[in-house]
Amino acid sequence: MDTILSIRNIVKVYPNGVVANKGISFDIEKNTIHALVGENGAGKTTLMKILFGIEKPQEGKIIYKGKEVHFKSPLDAIHNGIGMVHQHLMLAPDLTVAENLTLGIEPRKWKVFLDTKKAVDIAKRVSEEFGMEVPLEKRVRDLPIGIRQRVEILKALLRNAELLILDEPTAVLTPQETEVLFKTLFDLKKHGKTIIFISHKLKEVKAIADRVTVIRDGKVIATEDAGSLTEHEIAELMVGREIRFERIPPSPKVGAPLLKVKNIRYRNKENVEVLKGVSFEVRSGEILGVAGVEGNGQTELVEILTGLRKADEGSIVINGEEVIGKTPREIREKGVSHIPEDRMKNGVAENAKIKENLIVDRYYKNPFSKGMFVDWKFITKYSAKLMKDFNVLATSPDALVSSLSGGNIQKVVVARELSMNPSVIIADQPVRGIDVGSEELVHRLLNEARDKGSAIFLVSADLDEVLELSSRIIVIYNGEIVARFDDVEGLTGKDLGPYMLGVKREA
Amino acid sequence: MKIEKFILKYFDMIRTIIAVLIGVMVSVLVIYIISKSPGHSLMYFLTGPFMTRGRIGNLLETATPILFGGLAVSIPFQASQFNVGQEGAIYLGAALGTAFALSFHFPAFMYAVIVLIFAGLIGAGWGYIPGILKAKWKVDELVSSLMMNYVAYFLGLYVINYHFRDKSAGFLVSYELPHPVWLKQFIPGTRIHLGIILAVVFAFLVYYFLYHTKLGYEIRMTGFNLHFAKYGGINTFKVIILSQVIGGFIAGVGGMVEVMGIHHRFNWQMSPGYGWDGVVVAIIGHNHPLLIILASLFLAYLRVGGQVMNLLSDVPSEMVTVIESIIILLITAEAFLSQWKYRITVREAALKEVSDESAT
Repeated sequence: MDTILSIRNIVKVYPNGVVANKGISFDIEKNTIHALVGENGAGKTTLMKILFGIEKPQEGKIIYKGKEVHFKSPLDAIHNGIGMVHQHLMLAPDLTVAENLTLGIEPRKWKVFLDTKKAVDIAKRVSEEFGMEVPLEKRVRDLPIGIRQRVEILKALLRNAELLILDEPTAVLTPQETEVLFKTLFDLKKHGKTIIFISHKLKEVKAIADRVTVIRDGKVIATEDAGSLTEHEIAELMVGREIRFERIPPSPKVGAPLLKVKNIRYRNKENVEVLKGVSFEVRSGEILGVAGVEGNGQTELVEILTGLRKADEGSIVINGEEVIGKTPREIREKGVSHIPEDRMKNGVAENAKIKENLIVDRYYKNPFSKGMFVDWKFITKYSAKLMKDFNVLATSPDALVSSLSGGNIQKVVVARELSMNPSVIIADQPVRGIDVGSEELVHRLLNEARDKGSAIFLVSADLDEVLELSSRIIVIYNGEIVARFDDVEGLTGKDLGPYMLGVKREA
Repeated sequence: MKIEKFILKYFDMIRTIIAVLIGVMVSVLVIYIISKSPGHSLMYFLTGPFMTRGRIGNLLETATPILFGGLAVSIPFQASQFNVGQEGAIYLGAALGTAFALSFHFPAFMYAVIVLIFAGLIGAGWGYIPGILKAKWKVDELVSSLMMNYVAYFLGLYVINYHFRDKSAGFLVSYELPHPVWLKQFIPGTRIHLGIILAVVFAFLVYYFLYHTKLGYEIRMTGFNLHFAKYGGINTFKVIILSQVIGGFIAGVGGMVEVMGIHHRFNWQMSPGYGWDGVVVAIIGHNHPLLIILASLFLAYLRVGGQVMNLLSDVPSEMVTVIESIIILLITAEAFLSQWKYRITVREAALKEVSDESAT
């Protein structure tokens, strides 16, 4: 077989001093599906950004089709036949599929006017050539995410991509959509394309890849034929030690409901009804997991629960008290803590010190401040202790949050949110984008909080996380709860998938 | 290796110093090009401000209103509220403060204090308007405060010229302030007045306020990340308004101090520009009250140097504006020296990597 791409000793240091790639080398054979696996933060995405001309490496060579290349921009990479489908799709939602496909190379009438008909023809040709059906004249915003992704792949193919990079394409898909994607990828391989498939889901890697490269901590650990490794072996290579996938034991004691949500409705600024009457309860000592494809109302629901957004209708009772209309501080004072979905947006002020971040919900209370003055001496000692208890790796409480890794930043957030013995914990994507060590710690802490009697509301896009942690599961689709599973024993992602897609719903 | 750690730690400060040096170097270059005797011009410019007691006095009295301006700017800026209404607050504080001092009389020992507080409240009110507009209706405070500067200017001008104008004076000025309101000029041969002490006290108060009080913490967190502050339960509505109100208060006091210390009557037919100077020194001093003291002295030094040079050589004082512009440009240009920092970061990271390797 021919080697289409050789990566040699790539080193990449980001301006904040993080070394994302520490001398990465491997080869990719033509006409194969090559999986690139590794934990979040291992350096996969960085490597692909280098390959696609978005980032420049400090050291190393890329040899593509026998020639050393230095892509200055994505356009440069595209001209050379490399296509990339990003984790967050790069489509114009208000344009039609055909317009999106031909964006930048759109056919014109008299060199000025858009030739919509011809655009549709071109798009149709490529979609037929590869047997990938898409609704050419529909707007992208009206399409489900699986179809949008297909549009993104076609877009690359239309630009004559021979090497396709897919960055965690299944992260936003349901199990059913994933199967369709895999069929498409096999077809593309038959057409002679080479595919780099980035993932940290090993089942998928085993199902689809010919070869696997495992990256850990910015270095290549192994490049092997996918057939020669078991899922378990790949997993151990990824994290560098023994790991287990198992459900946490059930709660020892489930008590009275601490969070009661009834008939929450919410319309957003665009007048779309994002939440259509959501009701549920979370009891002391249990974790209620919310499964659902992202963007089905979870973000809004969490913001309403924590007082950051106003619901149009409904009631939220926490510890027996109605909290609709209360401020975030009043809700926090009822014993609610909140691990936010986007830690950089809500969870921290990255240019502030760690200790300043740890006290944002309590700085006004004694002993953190006395009268109108903040007691930094006490806070510094207090923060040092929290950092030790929650294993935050940093030089001192005075270090800036921006100098920490993603996992440690999340530990700062979790340290703050779990250190006041909360009675209700709203955990939104609590382990997104952090290393396995930190992930285990966060899960263990949530579990401990549950055993101590907290009521935990867990939202996650990662089905495995929901299945591992939850005592009960609800599925949200399009702003409604479409299924409730009070018994999670033996439940799998496949059972939840049809509900997440809206194909099925409980009566 | 050690020096590199040092550079990374104090990068912002080093960057500022380099920007200042480049600004001065460019001015030296320009002086060499346009002056017939560049050596002399340069000497007047650089050492002029220190040559006589009068000029040192000049430097300090120039620095005083600039320092007030800088402090007034730093508080809203720390909250990421880009209120630039200090110019108007200074002007109106001084104008209405003068009107107030001329209209009401108090016992001598508290007269000056009451007048200053009144001027401060005028400034605070001037900060409140863009604040409430922003907090309630998301009106961009940059635009509203900028527009309000014109309102302040013409309003102040109207009050003084139509109601408090001293018709016996040859210029458009107010009546002279009653003597108890004058701030004592305490160093003979200069016009250095109590205002400079007040300004420095204010700088320390603002420092303590921002870094050691609850409201200061709220202001800084809101400035770092508004979403984070809201999420943590901080009442950002209040912070957005109060940061501008407090800034306005300091501006109002600063304006009145200038009238009470130097002119003893309101004589600004043009807005004096201390608000804008305040923005300049706040940027140079990274919104840190104590660094703003240094930045104000530096700007005053440039100004006085420029005046001396203007007086005694063939180089006009506008030269100073060129230096100011270059410095501000370099400090605010994010990319300036960022490559340098990046290279050091890369080297440091590589070294750390090697030592980690050898450790394991």
